[in-house]
Amino acid sequence: MATDTARKSVPLWSRLLAPAHAPTYQRKEAIIGWLMAAPAIILIFMFLILPFVMAFGFAFTNQRLISPNPTEFVGWRNFENLLTVRTFTLDPLLDDETGLPILDEDGSLTYPRLRDYTRGNPDYPELDGLREWFSWNIGETRVYMLASDVLFMKALFNTTLFVLFVAPIQGGLALLLALLINQKLRGINIFRTVYFMPVVTSLIVVSFLWRFIYDGQNGMLNTILSAITFGAFQPHDWLGDPSTALWSILIMSVWQGVGFHMVIWLAGLQNIPGTLYEAASIDGAGRWQKFRSVTWPGLRSTSVFVLVVITMQAFSLYAQIQAMTRGGPLDSTQSIVFQTVIRGYEKQDIAGGSTISVVLFFFVLIITLVQRYLTREKTA
Amino acid sequence: MTTQAQPVTRSRLFLPGGFSFSLAGKYTLLILVALIFVLPILFMIFSSLKPEEQLLRDTSSFRAFLPVGNLSLQNYEDAFRRVPMATFVGNSILVTATTVALGLIVNSMAAFSFALLRWRAKNTIFSVILATFIVPFETFAIPLLLIVNTLPWLHIGLDGIYITQGWLNSHHVQIIPFIASAFQIFLFYSFFKDLPQEIVEAARIDGANSFQIYWRIIIPISGPVIATATILRILDMWNQFLWPLIVVQQEEYRPVMVGLQYFFQLDIAWGEIMAYLSTLTIPVLIVYLLLQRTFIESIASTGVKG
Repeated sequence: MATDTARKSVPLWSRLLAPAHAPTYQRKEAIIGWLMAAPAIILIFMFLILPFVMAFGFAFTNQRLISPNPTEFVGWRNFENLLTVRTFTLDPLLDDETGLPILDEDGSLTYPRLRDYTRGNPDYPELDGLREWFSWNIGETRVYMLASDVLFMKALFNTTLFVLFVAPIQGGLALLLALLINQKLRGINIFRTVYFMPVVTSLIVVSFLWRFIYDGQNGMLNTILSAITFGAFQPHDWLGDPSTALWSILIMSVWQGVGFHMVIWLAGLQNIPGTLYEAASIDGAGRWQKFRSVTWPGLRSTSVFVLVVITMQAFSLYAQIQAMTRGGPLDSTQSIVFQTVIRGYEKQDIAGGSTISVVLFFFVLIITLVQRYLTREKTA
Repeated sequence: MTTQAQPVTRSRLFLPGGFSFSLAGKYTLLILVALIFVLPILFMIFSSLKPEEQLLRDTSSFRAFLPVGNLSLQNYEDAFRRVPMATFVGNSILVTATTVALGLIVNSMAAFSFALLRWRAKNTIFSVILATFIVPFETFAIPLLLIVNTLPWLHIGLDGIYITQGWLNSHHVQIIPFIASAFQIFLFYSFFKDLPQEIVEAARIDGANSFQIYWRIIIPISGPVIATATILRILDMWNQFLWPLIVVQQEEYRPVMVGLQYFFQLDIAWGEIMAYLSTLTIPVLIVYLLLQRTFIESIASTGVKG
C-alpha cells in the first residue's frame, strides 16, 4: 500500500528521469544523476552544439554580421559557389583560310580567351562566373580546371597535403623517438623531458619564434645550413617562397607536436608485457622480427589513437597560418580553417564562413569513419 | 642441445648494446636529438637578453645559442612599455584559474553521473557529447560570437547592480563557454569507470546518497586524474588566442597571447618580441620542469584510455 501511494504521487517530471515503476532509491539516483550532469549538458548545449547547429543553418542563408537587408534562405547556393569544379577544354586557334594553327611571336600555339567563355557567354551558362584554378596541355588541347571558389580550392588542397604528410611524418618520428627513449639508460628521463618541452610551449609562441628562425636575412636556419655546408648554402626566405612556405610550417608543426605523440607511443610500448619479448628471444627472433611480431601488433590501439589525433589536429590548421603567413605568399599556405575565420570574421560573411565549416565537418567525419574502418579490429 | 644454446648466445650479443650503437653512440644520438628541441628555445631566451644589433649579428654565428656579449633586461623593459603586461598577465591568470576551477567541478560531476549513476537518456546524451570531439573550435567560433553577443549579464560592481546586454569585452566571455569540456568529461569518465564498483556499492549500503559518494569517496581518490585535467586545461586556457582576439577589443580584458599583435605594427623589434615570447613561455617551462613526471604521465594516460 505504501509503495502504491508513493508511486501514484510521483510527479510527471520525475517519471521522465526514471522508469515509472522504479523504487524510490532508483528515482532519487536518477534525479541526482540528472542534476549533477545538468550544468555540463547545459553549457555544452549552449556554447558548442547550438553554435554548431547555427553554422549549419547559416550555410543555407545569406547572413552577414551587419547588413541592411533581411537574411534570406538561399538553398544550396553557398555550397554551389564554394564547391563547383569543372574541366573545360580549348583547342588552339586555327587560321580560317589555311586551317593551320595561329602562332604567336614566340612560335607558341594561341588559344581563345578563357574569359570569353566564363563571363556571361549565353552558349556556356554552366561556366558563368567560374575561374581558372590550374590548367595543363594534352597534346595541343589545353585543359582547364575551373572552380567557382579558387581560393577555397587552394585552401582545401593545401590542408589535404598538410594532413597527408604530417600524419605519417609526425606519427613515424614520434614512434622513433619513443623507441629511442624506451631504453634502460642512465639519465634517460632528462632526454624525455627535453623532447617534450616544445609541447608545453604555446603553438602561437612557437610560430612567432620560428618566423625569426625561418627569416630570409637574419634567420637561424640559414645560418646553420650555411655553417654545415661550409658556406655553400645560399640564404633562403623560407616563408616568403611559395614553394617552401607550407613545408616550413609543416616542419615547425612536427617539431612542436612530436613530443606529445612520443609520450603516447611510449605509454603503448610500456604496456606490452616483457614476457612476450622474452618468448621471442627464446624463439631466436632478431631486433626487426621482434618489432614486427611483438611491438607493432602490441601498439595497434595506440596507433589508431595517434593517427586520429594527428589527422584532426592537422585539419584544424589555423594558429600557425595566422601567426606566420596569413595564407601567403601567393595563397600557398591558405588553409580551410583560416578561410573560415577570414570570411566569417574579417569579411563578416557569416554564411560563407559557416558553409566552409559544414564542409570541413563532413570532411573530418568521413575521414574519421574511414580511418576507423581501415584500422578496425579484424576479428572473425 | 646445440639448437637451444644458440639463441642464448645471440641474445647476449644483440640485446645489451644493440648491434649498431655502442653506449657512447646512443648518448650522442640522444644528445643530437635533444639539441633539435632545445636550441630554438635557448635561442629565444638568450636573444631576449641582447641589444637589437648584437642579436641580429649573432644569428650569423653560433653565438646565437650562447648568452654572450652585452646582456641586459632592456628588451623586457621596452616590451613591457609597449604592452600593459601586468593587465594582460592578470587577465590570463584570472581567466585560466576560474575556468580550470569551475571546469573541474562541472566536468567531474557530469562524468561521475555518466559513469556511475543510472538515469534515463544517459547513454544518448553521453554519445552526443563524445561526438562533439571531432568539431574543431574554429568552425563554430563565429556563431558562438553571435550567441554571446545577445546574452544578458547581471553586472555587479561598485557602480551598482544592473543588467547589461551582450558579453563582449569582459572576463566572463572568456570563461563561461570553456567551463564544460567534452574531453575533460571523457577523461574523468574513463578514470571513474576503472574504479572498483564495490566502493560505490559499499557506500550506498552505508546509506550515502549519490552526491555524498561523489564528494566524500570518489573525489578524494581522484588525485591523478584531477592533476591531468588541471594541467591540460591550464595549457589550453593560457594559450587561448582566436577567441579573445574576436570577443575582446578593450585592452583591460585582453589576455597575454593576444598581446603579441602589439609587436608586429610598423617596426619589428625582434629583441622585444623574444623578450615577450620568453615571458609567456618561461613560467610554463618552470612549472613543467618541476612537475615533468606528472605532465608526461597526464599526456600518456589520455592515449591509453583512448
